[in-house]
Amino acid sequence: MIQFELNGDTVTTDSPPDTPLLWVIRDEIKLKGTKFGCGIAMCGACTVHLDGAALRSCVTPLSAVENASVTTIEGLDSAEGKALQAAWVEEQVAQCGYCQSGQIMQAADLLRNNPDPSDAEINVAMNGNLCRCMAYTRIKSAIKSAANGGGA
Amino acid sequence: MTIQTPEISRRTFLAGTAGTTLIMGLGSVLPGCSSEDAASDLAAKAASMRFSPAVWFELDGTGAVNINIAKAEMGQHVGTALARIVADELGADWSRVSITHVDSDPKWGYMVTGGSWSVVTSFTMLSQAGAAGRSVLIDAGAAMLGVDAAACRAEGGNVIAGDQQVSFADIVMKGDLSRVISEEELAAMPVKAAADRQLIGKSTSALDIPGKESGTAVYGLDAELPNMAYAHPMIPPTRYGSTINAVDDSAAKDIPGYLQTLRVNDPSDLIQGWALVIAESFPAAMQAADAVKIDWAAGPTAAVTEAHLVAEGEALVNDSSSGVLFVDDGDVAAVRDSAAETHSAIYRTSTALHFTMEPQNALVEFVDGVFHIHAGNQWQSLILSYLAAALEVEESNIVIHQYYLGGGYGRRLFGDQMIPAALAARELGRPVKLVFQRAADSRFDCARSPSVAKFDASFDADGGLTGIEHAAAAGWPTLAMAPGFMGTGVDGNGKFDGFSINGADHWYTLPNHRVRAINNDLAQRTFLPGWLRAVGPGWIGWGVECFMDELAAKMGEDPVAFRLARLDAAGKNVATSPRSVGGALRLAAALEDVAERSGWGSELPEGEGMGVAVSHGQERDKPTWTACVAHVAVDAATRKVTVKKIWQTLDCGTVVHPDGALAQAEGASLWGVSLALHEGTRFAYGEVKHQNLDTYTPLRMSDVPELDIKFMQSEEHPTGLGEPPLIAVPPAIGNAIFAATGTRVRDLPIRL
Repeated sequence: MIQFELNGDTVTTDSPPDTPLLWVIRDEIKLKGTKFGCGIAMCGACTVHLDGAALRSCVTPLSAVENASVTTIEGLDSAEGKALQAAWVEEQVAQCGYCQSGQIMQAADLLRNNPDPSDAEINVAMNGNLCRCMAYTRIKSAIKSAANGGGA
Repeated sequence: MTIQTPEISRRTFLAGTAGTTLIMGLGSVLPGCSSEDAASDLAAKAASMRFSPAVWFELDGTGAVNINIAKAEMGQHVGTALARIVADELGADWSRVSITHVDSDPKWGYMVTGGSWSVVTSFTMLSQAGAAGRSVLIDAGAAMLGVDAAACRAEGGNVIAGDQQVSFADIVMKGDLSRVISEEELAAMPVKAAADRQLIGKSTSALDIPGKESGTAVYGLDAELPNMAYAHPMIPPTRYGSTINAVDDSAAKDIPGYLQTLRVNDPSDLIQGWALVIAESFPAAMQAADAVKIDWAAGPTAAVTEAHLVAEGEALVNDSSSGVLFVDDGDVAAVRDSAAETHSAIYRTSTALHFTMEPQNALVEFVDGVFHIHAGNQWQSLILSYLAAALEVEESNIVIHQYYLGGGYGRRLFGDQMIPAALAARELGRPVKLVFQRAADSRFDCARSPSVAKFDASFDADGGLTGIEHAAAAGWPTLAMAPGFMGTGVDGNGKFDGFSINGADHWYTLPNHRVRAINNDLAQRTFLPGWLRAVGPGWIGWGVECFMDELAAKMGEDPVAFRLARLDAAGKNVATSPRSVGGALRLAAALEDVAERSGWGSELPEGEGMGVAVSHGQERDKPTWTACVAHVAVDAATRKVTVKKIWQTLDCGTVVHPDGALAQAEGASLWGVSLALHEGTRFAYGEVKHQNLDTYTPLRMSDVPELDIKFMQSEEHPTGLGEPPLIAVPPAIGNAIFAATGTRVRDLPIRL
């Protein structure tokens, strides 16, 4: 039995400790906003926060989050997270949308550490998140408009 | 060529009231049934086989409008665009409009989302349906207001006459609005002039976007049913001809949740040599899949490599007797025989993957003799016939429930992954959710075939261009998956895949022009060739537009001027349909515009260059006129190519949803950059070599160039946008590299 905090609630699971966190979130806890893409931490669709920092849940064993705090797109309620989600709609970012939860979670991690990133800093932070529809221009502009709590 | 989806020739508009809902549909009343009978079914909200609607919408007693969308949502915001066409004509209040993506019930008619067809092929009937609905509401509203219908207009969800008005909600609550409007009446129905439109061409937010930033949008992979088992595909070493010698699951038996390994027996023989690892959870299925050992007897193409496929293609294009005639204007052979000079080149493109971020999946429940399939799909009407053959049931026993598609790009035009899931669901007697892991998804992809194209140009003694012969060889997706959609050669001989040759019938005026479409039979035997975004024109355009650049250089002409001189709308290059009004002159106008905006001809630093290319989109009879300039820099030491900026001028006629159109153009442009420089794979031992993102490397944010995209102002019939803006980008980049370095690149992806 492994216990951790998910979106502010305590959850427990009987899954084996080497189970990838992604599948516990999606199939046991039924939060489907976190997506399965490549399975090798190279697309970013599965990005969640572990104690506030972006993490690829597809390669993270359940044991790594024991007693830690995990946040998914459904529980994202930080100021930068909310600003990003609003900017995502304002800039009409999503196309197919499949990668966008992961993009927003990654961007929230960026803005938490760097409230006013440069273009180059955005590239570095976001390069691990593939958008197959290639909505990159809008992802970047939404991050910039959400920077500094949306007041930039 | 023209590719027609089975369209219904006679359309009727029906309106019927069910309780306090007004149901309206435009479509065909099926043989053996009267319009009145169909209308009464409609009024009863019956799933009628008497009426096959191409459009179906409902207006309830609160004034809310719901428009059913039979097209797949895969990022193009198609429901928003289609709904705005209906709502504009109807005079609806947009804030009260919602959409529903429907299942594959035959009552919805023929279902396909691809070819950049959705708006271009639906615009007229959606407009007519909206206008017919408006006329029903105006007639009833006028009676309520005691005025003449001619004095009324519909706007913002009200019927208005002077200073009086009555809401759609009140009209619907008033009672029976049943009407049958014949095709003749429909044809006479007044459709709004462009200046009167309230929604088309105006800014709006896409209806599907909010759920995609909150994580609540539901994709096929998110679908669940009680008591479902997971199936992990174990796919064989070749697409065709592999068989299983033995399955050893002894090492999997101790894995908690592992149930069994099931051999797939597909009576239709489409799915060959598969097994499914069945487990209670997907992690258990993945773990068991690693432990199960399967001994396959590989099929006959297990040793085929990309080099074999390309060599076959080269042999075919060099054999002048090969292929099916797609274009045969003038006498190319004669001008070649009498040529003072010739110039030839071979262009090649490598295998490319769809790599949808949502891996292929399907959830199937078999209950009461009906297969319920939950999966995002682009061509339900195609896969239903395959499913019926594999499951040995009637199509009426299969329902495909639609979801958002986590990327389509043509991959989900084929739903072959549904077959093993459905077979397993029936065999196991419980719902089965089949999910691919990424590497297997890539191996099972219907990849874009490697291609080889040969161009032979002839010149007279004055150096004038007298003719071009173009031969293009590739694996043909339409032959493999939808052979009924093949075209016939212009001389009446042979069948060809238009989706593997479109674009070769370009709008340049040439004195003599011949095109041969050639099937690469080795490719056809080795893998399932697929329709990848922009399909044939996506690779045909690479050769056509780079070769045009070669000819311009050889003749000492500026590449823009060379093209403009031949985009004169002479002969067959005048308009051929209402969708192509203006003909080649519209392409010339787009080219002139992009040249001016990009500062074409200006001095650039050493190692930098600009290249140009044009395209007419997916099909000659539905042209989206596109002109592209790329500005590149090539590092002298490393030879690394950096795309600094892409300009595109696009003319797709009326732009229905401007921001959605721009988003499609941005994404397609970057797909062009990605296919030109960043992604590609090759066959090795019968399979694609690069199967995940560690080696298959689509464009990332850091390599995104500046984009400057303009839509020409137009009130002409709208055409498609999901694919056309991709086509001219790779050749514009290749031509820019030539301008920067003098090196002519002829292979995609480009490697200097």
